[in-house]
Amino acid sequence: MDGIITLDYGSGGRKTSALIEEIIVPAFKNEALCALGDGALLGGHIAFSSDSFVVTPLEFPGGDIGKLAVCGTVNDLAMCGANPEYLSFSLIIEEGLPTDTLRRVVTSAATAAKAAGVQIVTGDTKVVERGRGDGLYINTAGIGRIKYPGLTPAAMRAGDAVILSGTAGDHGTAVMLARGDMMDGAIKSDCAALNGLVDALMASGAEVRVLRDPTRGGVATTLCEFAESAGLGIELCEGDIPVRRDVAAACAILGLDPLYSANEGKMLCVVSEATAQLALEALRAHPLGADAAVIGRVTEGSRVILKTAAGGSRVLRKLTGAQLPRIC
Amino acid sequence: MRSEELLLRLGALTKHRWKLMEVCGTHTMSIARSGIKRLLPEGVELLSGPGCPVCVTPGEVMDAALELSVRPGVTVAAYGDMLRVPGTRRGDDLAHRRAGGADVRIVYSPMDVLDMAEAEPERQFVFLGVGFETTAPGTAAALLEAGRRGVDNFTVFSMLKRVEPALRALIASEGFAIDGFICPGHVAVITGADEFAFLPREYGLPAAVAGFEPEDILLAVCHLVEMLERGEPALVNDYERAVTAGGNELAQRAIERVFEPRRDIWRGLGEIEASGLGIRPEFAQFDAEVRFNIEIRPAGLKTPCRCGDVITGRIHPQDCPMFERECTPDDPLGPCMVSSEGACAAAYKYMC
Repeated sequence: MDGIITLDYGSGGRKTSALIEEIIVPAFKNEALCALGDGALLGGHIAFSSDSFVVTPLEFPGGDIGKLAVCGTVNDLAMCGANPEYLSFSLIIEEGLPTDTLRRVVTSAATAAKAAGVQIVTGDTKVVERGRGDGLYINTAGIGRIKYPGLTPAAMRAGDAVILSGTAGDHGTAVMLARGDMMDGAIKSDCAALNGLVDALMASGAEVRVLRDPTRGGVATTLCEFAESAGLGIELCEGDIPVRRDVAAACAILGLDPLYSANEGKMLCVVSEATAQLALEALRAHPLGADAAVIGRVTEGSRVILKTAAGGSRVLRKLTGAQLPRIC
Repeated sequence: MRSEELLLRLGALTKHRWKLMEVCGTHTMSIARSGIKRLLPEGVELLSGPGCPVCVTPGEVMDAALELSVRPGVTVAAYGDMLRVPGTRRGDDLAHRRAGGADVRIVYSPMDVLDMAEAEPERQFVFLGVGFETTAPGTAAALLEAGRRGVDNFTVFSMLKRVEPALRALIASEGFAIDGFICPGHVAVITGADEFAFLPREYGLPAAVAGFEPEDILLAVCHLVEMLERGEPALVNDYERAVTAGGNELAQRAIERVFEPRRDIWRGLGEIEASGLGIRPEFAQFDAEVRFNIEIRPAGLKTPCRCGDVITGRIHPQDCPMFERECTPDDPLGPCMVSSEGACAAAYKYMC
């Protein structure tokens, strides 16, 4: 760890892991925390999760901070195999925020909660002085009963199929573009609640090993976490990973990589080889999974390897620091 | 032509051993990302040259920028990958200065800085002008626009560099053993392909201006090997869809109007005559070095890493004793590990 916290520690990559492992875990150490899943599993039948949202701008093509705050926590619970039921919703508002903006964001959160079938039952409101916040920060926490137990990278086996439920990198790219006032609205965030998609996948009877929504750090970082936890390798085929053409082009211009760019409405599923087709059909039949694809396989190895379109191969590692736009 | 066909052709062409160098960070990254290095015939070796602007920015110059960032009332604006470039002290970079309270902002274009300067007239805005002939025209345009709009709280700290003098210095350096150059497509869009005609003419080294898709690079490699095997070095433009012989004259005029060549320090290469672009005296009011009395003292500091040997093609990143051990993108020793375009970062991130 450095002497001071830089933005890199919040990027979801290696430095975020260092912060959690060196400062947070030693201080609070307990069984539920140390599993370090998207949510904590309590007594084997309850999942509990929390997330804070600090996105700029507050509203962006395809969503806003309110919708994001609801979907983010719903998804964390859904990825643990839980049925999201109740959410808290806490606001830290910077003095000067237009009331209309707040109203829009809260309405949007309510719409998202309704669509996801969760109730917002508690929360908190604080207002800080101008200059002490970025307009609006939101924290949500959520709780739900475990519906599909046993989802863990430890269940992965060599030969399993890795499925991505749709195109990679939409959210991160949309927000990055909205921030720079570039290509207005052409690329939308994929922000969506995934509990319905998880239900559709599970109803298919597919043997699902693990689920995770690749938010900060993107598809590549999440797959590295899978491989590391499972002690296995993953081999991906670049040509099979769905990426929207405009996202690929925007990332090329900005010097970003769609595989490291955040998603807010996609999930990575590892399923048994025998039931991969079943899983794929179930995902594709759902509106949020229309572009789902098998993007790779679990291997006996220990690294995440990408077979490139040019016929070469390279290693994918966890995101290092925040993705920074490059010079030329 | 597709990659497989190009590789077959290259395999058939290659009879001897050849060392080729790319001198553009975007090429370095594309080569690493596509994994083509490992598909090349045994006789063909690709090495990275001084093509990443961040990588050739010396620590002494970064020290001056870091010092500027903590002056009261000063905002330093830079392209994103400048934030993690260390000065002469390890771990001291703009990202840490920002975390410590300095006003450091990431921008995509110097024009954005101009708008910021107009919106906040009480602050001084300094844009770190980094890059080669590619980013120089945009920087020149922003500076000219500042003059037109009368923005007097905007200055440029020019770290801009020219490719040609660096290539000459590299070729003249001890132990130089490169057989041909993959020339930077983006630079050539501005300068024109003919900028690189001196390579075959004066040094007998074949040169191919290349685009950035893996197929573009493989095509250039094919042409270079073909010329080498025949013993007929020449300049080929393999990026005709973007590059003309003479380049973009408007951009060249803008560069010439605002900047003049000056002696400059390159990390790994040392001081090279006429290799930097300084702001002309008639634009001194927009020159951060003048306004803030910046003086760069060449420190001649040696880092324990071998960035200098990497960017002169003497070693591969993996051959540096610090690579992946002491020097990682999280805690880079040298700038080749900082920028996503750097040879070491590309090797760390993408290669097996």
